[in-house]
Amino acid sequence: MITVEGLSKSFKVARRSTGLRQAMKALFYREHTLVEALKDISFTIGQGEIVGYIGPNGAGKSTTIKVMSGILVPDRGSCTIMGYTPWKDRVSYVKHIGVVFGQRSQLWWDVPVIDSFELLRDIYNVPDHEYKKTLDLLIETLDLQHLIHSPVRQLSLGQRMRCEIAASLLHNPKLLFLDEPTIGLDAVSKIAVRQFIKTINKEKGVTIILTTHDMLDIEALADRVILIGKGSLLYDGKLEALRKRFATHKTITADYRENRNQFHIPGSSFLSWSPERAVLSVDTEQVMISEVINQLSLHVDLIDVSIESPPIEEMIVQLYKEYQL
Amino acid sequence: MNAYYSVLKLRLLTGMQYRAAALAGVATQFFWGFMYLLIFQAFYQQALHNPPISLNELVSYIWLQQAFLAFIMLWFRDNELFNLITTGNIAYELCRPCGIYGFWYAKLLAQRLSSAFLRCFPILIVAFLLPEPYRMKWPPTFTSFLLFLAALMLGLLLLVAISMFIYISVFVTMSPVGSLLMFGVIGEFFAGLVIPIPLMPSWLQKVTNLLPFRYTADFPFRVYSGHIPQNEALTGLFIQLIWLIVLVWLGRMALNKALRRVVIQGG
Amino acid sequence: MNLRLYFKYLLILFKSQMQYRASFWLLTIGQFFIPFSMFAGLYFLFERFGQIKGWDFFEVALCFAVIHMAFAISECFARGFDAFSSLVAGGDFDRLLVRPRSTIVQVLGSKFEFTRFGRMLQSVIVLVWALRHLSIDWSVMKAITLILMIVSGVFIFTGIFMLAATMCFWTIQGLEVANIFTDGGREMAQYPLSIYPKWVTRFFTFVIPFGSVNYLPLLYILGKSGGNAFLYMLAPIAGIAFIMPCFLIWQIGVRHYRSTGS
Repeated sequence: MITVEGLSKSFKVARRSTGLRQAMKALFYREHTLVEALKDISFTIGQGEIVGYIGPNGAGKSTTIKVMSGILVPDRGSCTIMGYTPWKDRVSYVKHIGVVFGQRSQLWWDVPVIDSFELLRDIYNVPDHEYKKTLDLLIETLDLQHLIHSPVRQLSLGQRMRCEIAASLLHNPKLLFLDEPTIGLDAVSKIAVRQFIKTINKEKGVTIILTTHDMLDIEALADRVILIGKGSLLYDGKLEALRKRFATHKTITADYRENRNQFHIPGSSFLSWSPERAVLSVDTEQVMISEVINQLSLHVDLIDVSIESPPIEEMIVQLYKEYQL
Repeated sequence: MNAYYSVLKLRLLTGMQYRAAALAGVATQFFWGFMYLLIFQAFYQQALHNPPISLNELVSYIWLQQAFLAFIMLWFRDNELFNLITTGNIAYELCRPCGIYGFWYAKLLAQRLSSAFLRCFPILIVAFLLPEPYRMKWPPTFTSFLLFLAALMLGLLLLVAISMFIYISVFVTMSPVGSLLMFGVIGEFFAGLVIPIPLMPSWLQKVTNLLPFRYTADFPFRVYSGHIPQNEALTGLFIQLIWLIVLVWLGRMALNKALRRVVIQGG
Repeated sequence: MNLRLYFKYLLILFKSQMQYRASFWLLTIGQFFIPFSMFAGLYFLFERFGQIKGWDFFEVALCFAVIHMAFAISECFARGFDAFSSLVAGGDFDRLLVRPRSTIVQVLGSKFEFTRFGRMLQSVIVLVWALRHLSIDWSVMKAITLILMIVSGVFIFTGIFMLAATMCFWTIQGLEVANIFTDGGREMAQYPLSIYPKWVTRFFTFVIPFGSVNYLPLLYILGKSGGNAFLYMLAPIAGIAFIMPCFLIWQIGVRHYRSTGS
C-alpha cells in the first residue's frame, strides 16, 4: 500500500544570534545552516497495518507525515501510496486519506459539530446516502449523538478529539494519519480514542500511521514501530523485539503501612526507600513483575502499587548510543 | 529604575532581530510620506490664497511624521498587555515588585523607542537626499532644533501617557479592537495625522488646541520647521509638561481603580 | 461547484460570527467611523483649497466612495487572503493542503469580515451624496460603468491581497510592505489618478490598474472624456483581468511552501 524509498529532505535555517552587536550585524548579513530533516528513509507498509511512527521532538516525524500526506515535496526519494505520488497529484490523492493533527482543530469553533461535518461533506464531495451511512456508523462507534449538536468550544478535549477523528473519516479514507491523537487527553478519553482506532482498523480495514509520545498508545495499538532519530531510520520492526532489547527494566513504586524493616527481593534493587514507600527497579529478564509484587505483599502491608516502563526517550537514548549518533 | 532599563534594552534587542520587519516598515512609511506629499502638492499647485503653512514647511512636517511614526500613532498594540487584561491573568502582574503603571509605561515607551530607533534614520537620510520639492529642510536655527528635540521627547512621553488609557479602557470594554479603534480614530485626527492642523478650518483648530493630542505630533513638527516661533514653542513645552503631569496622574488613578475592581471580583 | 462551496463557507462563518452579536455590532459601527475621519479630512481640504487640479469636491467624493466601497467588499469577502499570515504562522495551511480542493477557494473561505458592512454603508452614503450634487447625464451605459468600476476595484484589491498573502510563504516579518499596495493603494486611488505626476499615474495604470477604476471610467461618467466612450466604459475590465497574474503568482508561492515547508 505504501512504499517509501530513499526519502531525503533538508531545510535552511537562519541562525539567530544574541547580543546587540550580533543583532546589528544580522541586519545586513545572516548565516544559514542546512538541517537534514530526513536522511534516506525507506520502508513499506501493507494494507490494514497500524504502524507507530515514533522518535523524539525534531527527529523528522512530522516532516515524514507531511511528505506522505502531500503537503511537502521532498528533495530526493520516491513515495508511492495507493498508486499515487502524494506531492504530485495532491487533489486526487488526498481524497483517499484522512489526517488528524492532534494539536490543531479542523472543526469550526463556534458552530455545532454537525455543521462542520456537513461542510466537510461538501469539501470532499461525499454523496448524500454514503455520507449518512458513514455518519451513522461514526456516531454509533464514537458515541457522538449527544455531542454533535453542541458548538465545539463547549466540548471537552476528549469529546473534541472524538469529533476530530470522526471528521477525518467522513469521506471513508483508506489511510489515516494520526499525529499525536491523544495529546493532552485524560486517561479515560485516551482509552476511548485507542479503542476506536482499533475498531476502525479492524472493521473497515483502514491503514493507520500513528505518531505519538505516549508509549501506551503504541503498546495498545501498534504491532509494528518505526523509530526515527535525527532524520535517520533507527528501527523498523515489532514492538516486542524493541522492548526486549532495551526495556528490560521496569520501575515499581509501592506504598505501604509504616514498616521499618528493610527487605530484599531477588532480581530487583531499591532506587529509594522510606518507611512508607519504596521504589524498585526490576530486571524483567531475571524475575517476573507478578513475582516481585507477590514478594512485596509478603514483606509489607501494601496500600498502592504502580508499575512503569521506562519512557520511550530512554530507549531512544540507548539506541543513539548504539548507533553512535 | 534598573528594572525599567532592562525592559528597554530587551525590547531594543528583540526589535533588532527582525530586520525584515524594520526594512519593510521603512519602505512603507517612505511610500506613505511620498503619497501625502504628492496629494498636498497637487492641492497647493493651484491654490488661490496663500495656504497658512508653506509647502516647504509641510514637507518637513510630513517626513517627520513618517520618521517618528512610532512616537505618534496610537495604533500600536501590545497584545501581551491586552491578553493580560482580557484573560484575567493580570493577577500575576500584581505580584511584580514595581508599580504596574510604571512598569507598563516603561514597556510601551521601550517598544516605541526601539521601533523608532530602527526606522527614523533611514527615512530621514533619504528624505534629506530627495530632489526638490520633496527634500526635507534643516531647521532654520540651532535653537529651533533643540526646541524640537525637547518637544519631541515630551511629546513621546505624553503619547505613552495617552496610550495607557487605551489599555485601562480595556478593563471596561473588554474589547481591545474596539478601544484601539476609538482612541486611534479620534486621537490621530486631532493630532494632525489625517490632515495637518494648520490646514484645518479655524474652528476645528480651536478644538484641537484644547485637546492633548496635537502636542504629541503637530507641535514638535512645526517647531522644527520654525512654523511655530521660538517664544511660542517655549509656552508649548510648558503646556506639554502640564498635560503630561495631569494625564499620568489621572492614568495612575484610573488604573488603580480598575485593578482594585479586578482584585475584588477575583479576576 | 467551487462557488457553492464558497457559499457554504460563508454560511458557516456567518453562523459563527452571530454567536458574538454584541461585538459584531460594536465593530460594525467602528468600521463605519474609520473612513469617516478620512472623509472629514478630504472635506476640510476642499473647504480650504476649493479644488484639486480641476476636480471639485463632489467629483473626488464619487471617486472616494467607489474605491472605499470596493475596498470594504474585498476586505469582507477576501479577508482570508488579507489575514493569511495568521493561517500560515499557525500552521493551519497544512490542513488546507490535505483537502481535495483548490487552495484559493479554501483560503477565501477561511475568513470573512462581516463587520466591514459598516464601512460599506459609509461609502454608500458618500456615493449617494456625491451623485446628488453632480449633474450627470445618466444613461444605462453610465450606470453599468459605475457598477463595473466597483466590481473592478474589488478584483484589484483581492488581487493585491493575494499577492500580499503569497509573500507570507517567504517572510511573515516583511509583510508590512504589502500595506503600501493595500492601504496605500486605497488612499492613493481615492483621488483621481491625474492629480499625480506622470510616473505615478503610469505605475497605477499599467502595473496595478487602479487607473481603470478611478480615472478613465470616471471621465466618462462625468462627461469629461473625448473620443470613443465605449473604450472608457470598458476600462474597468482591465482591472478585472489583474486577478489572473495574481492567481499564477499564488500558485508559485504554494509550490515554494511545499518545497521548503517554512
